Amino acid sequence: MELLIDIVLLTFLAITALAISHVRKLFCAIMLASIFSLLCACLFVTMDAVDVAFTEAAVGTGIAGILMLGALRLTETREKRPPHQPWLALLVVCTTGAVLIYGTADLPAYGDPAAPIHQHVAPRYISQSQQEVGPPNFVTSVLASYRGFDTLGETLVIFTAGVSVVALLGFRSLRQFLRNRRRPSVMADHLVLRIVAKMFIPLILLFALYVQFHGDYGPGGGFQAGVIFASALILYTLTYGLAKALQVLPPRILYLLAAGGVLLYGGTGWLCVLRGGHFLDYRALASDPLVGQHLGILLIEAGVGMTVFAVMVLMFFAFSSRKEPQS
Amino acid sequence: MALLLDLMTAVFLLLGSLIGLTGGIGVHRLPDFFTRLHACGLTDSACAFLVLTGLMLQSGWSLVSLKLIFILIFLLVTSPTASHALAKTALGCGERPLSQRGTED
Amino acid sequence: MNSANLISTCYGISGLAILLVMGLALLRAILGPTAFDRLMAVNLFGTKTVLFIAVLGFLTGRPDFLDIALVYALVNFLSTIAVLRFFEGRKAPAWYDARDTDTQPAANAVKEKPDGAAS
Repeated sequence: MELLIDIVLLTFLAITALAISHVRKLFCAIMLASIFSLLCACLFVTMDAVDVAFTEAAVGTGIAGILMLGALRLTETREKRPPHQPWLALLVVCTTGAVLIYGTADLPAYGDPAAPIHQHVAPRYISQSQQEVGPPNFVTSVLASYRGFDTLGETLVIFTAGVSVVALLGFRSLRQFLRNRRRPSVMADHLVLRIVAKMFIPLILLFALYVQFHGDYGPGGGFQAGVIFASALILYTLTYGLAKALQVLPPRILYLLAAGGVLLYGGTGWLCVLRGGHFLDYRALASDPLVGQHLGILLIEAGVGMTVFAVMVLMFFAFSSRKEPQS
Repeated sequence: MALLLDLMTAVFLLLGSLIGLTGGIGVHRLPDFFTRLHACGLTDSACAFLVLTGLMLQSGWSLVSLKLIFILIFLLVTSPTASHALAKTALGCGERPLSQRGTED
Repeated sequence: MNSANLISTCYGISGLAILLVMGLALLRAILGPTAFDRLMAVNLFGTKTVLFIAVLGFLTGRPDFLDIALVYALVNFLSTIAVLRFFEGRKAPAWYDARDTDTQPAANAVKEKPDGAAS
């Protein structure tokens, strides 16, 4: 039964990928990309990778689609035909693909417990993480404690992306928006939508808080929570207008939050050094190592959540505040 | 009692899947955007209700049922809202239902 | 057949049926002549994914998946509304063409405006 589900999902994935590369209308391609992301998330769920599916759902379907549409507003809507037929490129790609597939014949079988990657650190994480670090969900303990450096790098990458987008696009029409406070929002006459949004935004924020702190016990954590926080704010922006949203959360507060999240993460690491341990060695934070680990994970997840939230919202504001090119 | 619950779960799940399939076929066969939207929106809510209720019967009184209730409430409120917003925007952009198309050109 | 068997068979059947509906929605997203058809298909795909994840969780005996289902429901709704925002207003935006115009000229955007007085 599960094999059948996997086969069907992978077939859909292949069909979607072919369709994306074939269509010329970019709007259609973006919609198909959302479907692709949802299919990937379903596949991750069938493979039991719950945290990854969570993040893929939150980011790929929601935020990425919205940002791509924001970019589409500013460019052409149809892909230009290439001036020549790419037969040579096709030949090179097919040859490389064939060589790679031939290379995979030497890899161990999918999910084989005797494979080398399951022999070194994985058994230790599985058997020891609850005594050494604490949380029952050892994805969180691997992400936040055993591989804390990598997560710091990821947070820095997200921060850099936000900085680049703001530097490139800027908020040129911010003053213009703040001047026309009386201009009604684009969805002003969607009464049903406004009421439903008003009902749900607080609940979504509450759910984001739940996801942030529940990462120790189930799927969740800082990244996913930050994206859900950002989704709530984006829903508010869509329903009530960009001017109101910029009043609620001005960009300078978002800059502070983004930088503050990274600072919190790095600061926790330095605090561990100051108290006598290594960088990001949370056992030094309290007298009991497990309490220290728990405190450290709490602090860095908060940092990650803050940065992700601020960067997603900044990118959305930056794209939305550009005027459409007058054609 | 457990057998009765299992039978009811089976009935709900199968009925839900049947309605969902009907909606899927309707999305494919109906001639116009608004008719398709009608098929999609109606059957979506009904299918969600039936399938999630069937799953709730299986898990009894627990945290799992509470989460299922949350999902159900969210879907029941937002799915019709999305259909309404879609229809309203489509009308605003100039799409006209089939029955009104011949009368205006 | 005892009831545990019956229930897992039901989970399997409804899972496959939901997958079938997802396939039909995918087809509509590829074919749909208007942009709204595609948007509706993506919305349908999203809601069906929520149900699929819930059923899959029960099929494999791990109800932790319900958090994911809730998030999907949320982002699905959000992305539908976000796309609609770009279509708002009395006039269609300049880049919106209603029909699949791979064979027709691209300049046939929506022209007739029965309520032209209110622009």
